[in-house]
Amino acid sequence: MSIAFDLQSIWFLLVGVLFTGYAILDGFDLGVGALHLFTKTDTERRLMLNSIGPVWDGNEVWLVTAGGALFAAFPEVYATVFSGFYLAFMLFVFSLIFRAVAIEFRSKQPMAWWRRTWDTSFCVSSVLGSLLVGVAMGNLAYGIPLDAAHEFTGTFLGLLHPYPLLIGVTTVSLFTMHGNIYVILKTEGALQARAKSWVRWTIGAFILCYLITSVVTVLAVPTMVRPYEQQPLLLAVPLLTLLVVANIPREVYHGREVRAFLSTAVTMIGLLALFGIGMYPNFVHTTQPSHSLTIYNGASSPKTLTIMLIIAGIGMPLVLTYTVAIYRIFRGKVTLNDHSY
Amino acid sequence: MDAVSLARLQFGLTAGFHYIFPVLSIGLGLILVIMEGLYLKTKDPLYERMTRFWVKIFGLIFAIGVATGIVLEFQFGTNWSTYSRYVGDIFGSALASEAIFAFFLESGFLAILLFGWDKVSPRWHFFATVMVCLGAHFSAVWIVVANSWQQTPAGHHIVTDSAGRVRAEITDFWAMVFNPSSVDRLSHVYMGCWQAGAFLVLSVSAYYLLRRRHEEFARTSMKIALVVAAVASLGQLFTGHRSAHYVAEHQPAKLAAFEGHYPKSAPADMLLVGWVDEKNEQVHGLKAPGMLSWLLHFDRSKPVRGLKDFRPEDRPPVQAVFQSYHLMVLLGLGMIGLSLMGLLLWWRKKLFETRWLLWAFVLSVLAPQLANQLGWFTAEVGRQPWIVYGLLRTKDAASKSVTSSEIIASLVMFGLIYLLLFSLFVFLLNHKIKHGPDAPPATSEETAPGEDAP
Repeated sequence: MSIAFDLQSIWFLLVGVLFTGYAILDGFDLGVGALHLFTKTDTERRLMLNSIGPVWDGNEVWLVTAGGALFAAFPEVYATVFSGFYLAFMLFVFSLIFRAVAIEFRSKQPMAWWRRTWDTSFCVSSVLGSLLVGVAMGNLAYGIPLDAAHEFTGTFLGLLHPYPLLIGVTTVSLFTMHGNIYVILKTEGALQARAKSWVRWTIGAFILCYLITSVVTVLAVPTMVRPYEQQPLLLAVPLLTLLVVANIPREVYHGREVRAFLSTAVTMIGLLALFGIGMYPNFVHTTQPSHSLTIYNGASSPKTLTIMLIIAGIGMPLVLTYTVAIYRIFRGKVTLNDHSY
Repeated sequence: MDAVSLARLQFGLTAGFHYIFPVLSIGLGLILVIMEGLYLKTKDPLYERMTRFWVKIFGLIFAIGVATGIVLEFQFGTNWSTYSRYVGDIFGSALASEAIFAFFLESGFLAILLFGWDKVSPRWHFFATVMVCLGAHFSAVWIVVANSWQQTPAGHHIVTDSAGRVRAEITDFWAMVFNPSSVDRLSHVYMGCWQAGAFLVLSVSAYYLLRRRHEEFARTSMKIALVVAAVASLGQLFTGHRSAHYVAEHQPAKLAAFEGHYPKSAPADMLLVGWVDEKNEQVHGLKAPGMLSWLLHFDRSKPVRGLKDFRPEDRPPVQAVFQSYHLMVLLGLGMIGLSLMGLLLWWRKKLFETRWLLWAFVLSVLAPQLANQLGWFTAEVGRQPWIVYGLLRTKDAASKSVTSSEIIASLVMFGLIYLLLFSLFVFLLNHKIKHGPDAPPATSEETAPGEDAP
């Protein structure tokens, strides 16, 4: 594999950065959702919701931006993937709708049945959303059937192949662990103690999934491994990722939750880098390699890619500024008051 | 029904439902800036209570706007993949700009607006309100630019690549952004949004006055909303007129459908209400002869291109466009009448006692919503049979790999989910309105115990 520093490669990287930003940020609030039902009292559930209250919709904007950037920079990929994964994607969208509504509506009424319904909806939609993100990525890596015009020729059930499902489950475990550490950071007292009692399970589950996924990928998905045969130096990425993953339980054991949280975030960067290396210069692996969608046959014109680079150059520093400002303003332990969810 | 019609139905449903909410965020955003600005200026706690009350409602509206908006961001890809391939080089950059410049601003500062009352100073809170309002306004810029490019494409050329694929590619970014209809349509959309926000506040205030609850709160809110409603409703005369001008110049078939004008070259009438006889290519109704010619050219005898100038396969569905356009105009005139009547009675110091007008205000919340929906329906159906005017037909633009039964499945789900969402939205909105603003001695000063940020 040779890496070219052309516009298409830069945009491949930038779209990757946006999806990584989404994974790190929305990842923890999806994880909080996955753990939501393990809490017991109403106050604990409100604390869970309010720990992500000011930030979850901003986190979701990363997905919207990544989607917009994909549309702008690689319209062929955007069109193929979203039409190809039609029903799976619709399920994903429905889960995001239910999730947003559950967060917003849950505490607006006092009835126990009302709150129970939205609690369940919040948890199920968070898990389903995470699972589907993973399933989609697993399919892109494993290969989907496309015809010469890049139209998807498979079926919905064909997308639920064991390998993509494995990636889906791994994604759920990753987000849950990430969310769990976030809850420990944002809470105190009984809820924090409870979150601490979960953490060995969530870390254990993720490490198990991570190991199985690594072995299965090496054995069963040769396209994802080929770059390392051609360029052995790249092996540094999976090795560093392994070290970072190993660091997560270490930091938790020593009670350094901030570092543990950073480690899970870096783990996501590492795993998505592995995904990117395995795909490049393809965007979608296909069962028939001549029909693959690459960053070249899927891209917009160089002029648009240049314009987009300028837009990103102006916009992203602003975005990072607001993001840092908002997280700073809402730093510290979450408390409930009359503006809370 | 074929797959393309189903995809259109789904897009119409999801876009129409979504369009209830951002319109309110934009309009209410402006009103929040006014209310909180008055609070900072006068330090009158009444304005603070008003801001806090409407911020809560803003939060509710915003959440549903986000949830339903994500659907649209991806629906171009899921249901209109041929279209996405054709326009991605142009349309995609507008959509990405929307996210980068508008959504981050809006969602980031919304956190401060909703949850930051005790975390930042009043000035910073006001700054956040202004940013949320700006973000909401920016988001409209990019989506209207993208849609306007579909109406009046500019700054592009058509390219066929080595594999034989045809698509539009950008040649001039600013010509694309300032395509012939962007500015007129954006101002038309803004006025519609301000109307939606203003009439919502008017309606709730009128309801309180009729029920004799929170009267001081309601009177002051009503004055602010009435001014915004009057400015936006009168502004709509101007922006609507400008929009008709660009339609006449760039989309003559759409303009002809607005008034059911068939003759190839004859002065065109304007109708107040009417019925199009599509079979005999005539229109019947209450006419002002030559009025459309006069509005466009200041000459009642000047000819206007009619539908007969276009091949039948290039004409939009006339009756639907005619009726939605006229209903929108009538609603627009009604809102002007209502807001001017309000101003007149305010001047005569009878505004708060005139019960029939207060009742009309209560119901008036529906008028801008309906007019906004009808306006988009007119714009989009009037563009048919094209998805990109003159370049790509709607029937050729849908996803080829998505079957009718898949669309039926998603359409049914959207129908059910949106019905549920809408009922819950109305239920919670009603609940918040019935609950009303918090009592004057604001409880917000107390800080929750244990609030020790490191």
